[in-house]
Amino acid sequence: MRYIDHHAHMVSRTTDDYHQMALTGCVAVTEPAFWPGWDRLSAAGFEDYFRHITDFEPKRAAKYGIQHYCWLCLNPKEGEDRELAREVLARIPRYLECPTVLGLGEIGVNRVTRNEVETFHDHVALALEHNQLILIHTPHLEDKWKGTRVIIEALLQRSELKPGRVLIDHAEEHTIEMILENGFWTGLTLYPQTKVSLSRAADMIEMYGSERICVASACDWGASLPLAVPEFVLEMRRRGHSEALIDKVVYQNTVEFLGQSPNFRLQG
Amino acid sequence: MERYSGTCPLTRRQIADEYFIESRNRLLEIAAFLDRLERAAEGGSERDFRVQAFQEALQLLCDGEEARVQRVQMLLSDPSTQLKAQLDQKSATGAHDHWRGEEL
Ligand SMILES: [Zn+2]
Repeated sequence: MRYIDHHAHMVSRTTDDYHQMALTGCVAVTEPAFWPGWDRLSAAGFEDYFRHITDFEPKRAAKYGIQHYCWLCLNPKEGEDRELAREVLARIPRYLECPTVLGLGEIGVNRVTRNEVETFHDHVALALEHNQLILIHTPHLEDKWKGTRVIIEALLQRSELKPGRVLIDHAEEHTIEMILENGFWTGLTLYPQTKVSLSRAADMIEMYGSERICVASACDWGASLPLAVPEFVLEMRRRGHSEALIDKVVYQNTVEFLGQSPNFRLQG
Repeated sequence: MERYSGTCPLTRRQIADEYFIESRNRLLEIAAFLDRLERAAEGGSERDFRVQAFQEALQLLCDGEEARVQRVQMLLSDPSTQLKAQLDQKSATGAHDHWRGEEL
């Protein structure tokens, strides 16, 4: 088994988690910039976080033979504060020069407010200006359908944006079709109790196919499993799916999407 | 669901063999949750849109129609695309209040 976890908040995880991920075949992780569970006081706080995920975390992962890449942004949970968003966005371009940055992410909306949508637009504009890939967080629970719809409509307004360079993450049964039929990539993120389970993720692969779909753990500081992807592999095997299909959704598709960034270079 | 028939590689018998026990367990968890609500301590008995949505979703599971997951998802979702004027709370609650403003 080999896999890439394209959505893992490793700053919240222990070295033990890296060890277990390495043992189960993880070759690379990509870490989207996100909310730490509390609001930061200033743009300087974000800058330290960017240093953390562009410099310290790749070194920590490398000790376990795992390549670490990241995405930068001011996340949707803090996107309501427009002044803070402007300050953080102004600091992002120089970090885009870092060799392990893949693009802007995870941008998106949380409660689908006017300010959040404005902040989302600013991030998309920055990504287009710097020719970056985009990783999108869609809201959870009752806000998911609405947030996904609003995000897709906003993206479709931009004729210069190529949907194949955007991954709209955290898809569920009621949003996956609208994401895929508009040409975007999507992610199924696995959670132990809330959101998508291993078995429902396998159901979605069966029903919607394996094109432009990547599976990830979305492990962070909350209830989540850093080994969710290998658990998903076992679930797929339990149903008798082929190793080729499994490899496609936990490895090859992810390589294809991320490979559009010149910074993504799988070694070995 | 006709368009998806045959997409699961397991037979009905195999699906039951693999998933019955864990689904049975979840069914009992739901039954216990509903019983627990009835055994609740005094107070806090005002209408709860989450429980209301939950009970409607249970009805939906028994109507014999297809696409149960999608329909439950939409029953629990905010179906509008109207933007909120400002942030009301940081996290979602898990259900949309479809009955807000209605006299129940
Ligand atoms: Zn995340």
